[in-house]
Amino acid sequence: MIGLSHYLTVAAILFTLGVLGIFINRKNVIVILMCVELILLAVNINLVAFSTHLGDIVGQVFALFVLTVAAAEAAIGLAILVVFFRNRGSIAVEDVSMMKG
Amino acid sequence: MTAAAAFFYLFAAITVASGFMVIASRNPVSSVLFLILAFVNAAGLFVLMGAEFLAMILVVVYVGAVAVLFLFVVMMLDVDFAELRQGFQEYLPVGGLIGAVFLVELLLVVGSWAIDPGLVQAPLATAPSGEQMTNTRALGLVLYTNYFFFFQVAGLILLVAMIGAIVLTLRDRPGVKRQDIAVQNARTQDMAVELRKVPNRQGVEV
Repeated sequence: MIGLSHYLTVAAILFTLGVLGIFINRKNVIVILMCVELILLAVNINLVAFSTHLGDIVGQVFALFVLTVAAAEAAIGLAILVVFFRNRGSIAVEDVSMMKG
Repeated sequence: MTAAAAFFYLFAAITVASGFMVIASRNPVSSVLFLILAFVNAAGLFVLMGAEFLAMILVVVYVGAVAVLFLFVVMMLDVDFAELRQGFQEYLPVGGLIGAVFLVELLLVVGSWAIDPGLVQAPLATAPSGEQMTNTRALGLVLYTNYFFFFQVAGLILLVAMIGAIVLTLRDRPGVKRQDIAVQNARTQDMAVELRKVPNRQGVEV
């Protein structure tokens, strides 16, 4: 029978994949943003799993808010990326050094 | 093995595999497509858990909006993605080590946790079963009452994100002709037409 631990394991693996992706794709901002989305998806799976298995619907409300913040974050991040590419002609993370003191 | 268990393993396997392909694939376009696959299968997991509304929202918001936004940006930027993958092998050992340690720790936590029984008996808002009302209705009953201010703040966050994205990417390019309806409507005959007297056999200077 599929229990809570199964879902938590899937979420843990997804979370780790997201963190790993940030480490191994250190130059590509787009893939890093996608990895952040993966991490947030793992968090959402955790929230929904606990919500449904404990019979408390508040977890799903919070998953909804996480979804909202993730959408806003993706929109703003991609907008910054487009502006940066327009100004510098590159999206490599190493080139993001204009603000260093 | 019941059908629910079979579907769980199907959805979970595809979610994890496409999550892996997101970080491992060479082309960012296929990364985005695998991200979409991961989201759709996570929505399947949500349906299995009984959170139908969130599953549909995941498909609509993530696949329909966020992933397509990623796709647009990836295809719009003219970047040499092969160059960005330089150092992939170099970072792989350290990243793999950190990932492995992290995964083992998380799985140890998942394998050995226990919920305080008192917590289960006092839910903040009891989720009704499927026979009593639908998941969407139950979510709405909580979201629009106890969490109404949070809901409004979420709307504000989306508004700020929308305005911020527009302000960031809008640029005023000089030399581009745009339609100005007020100016068009304010034109009179004097501004548009000029009457000249044409002398015979001499023409007119334009």
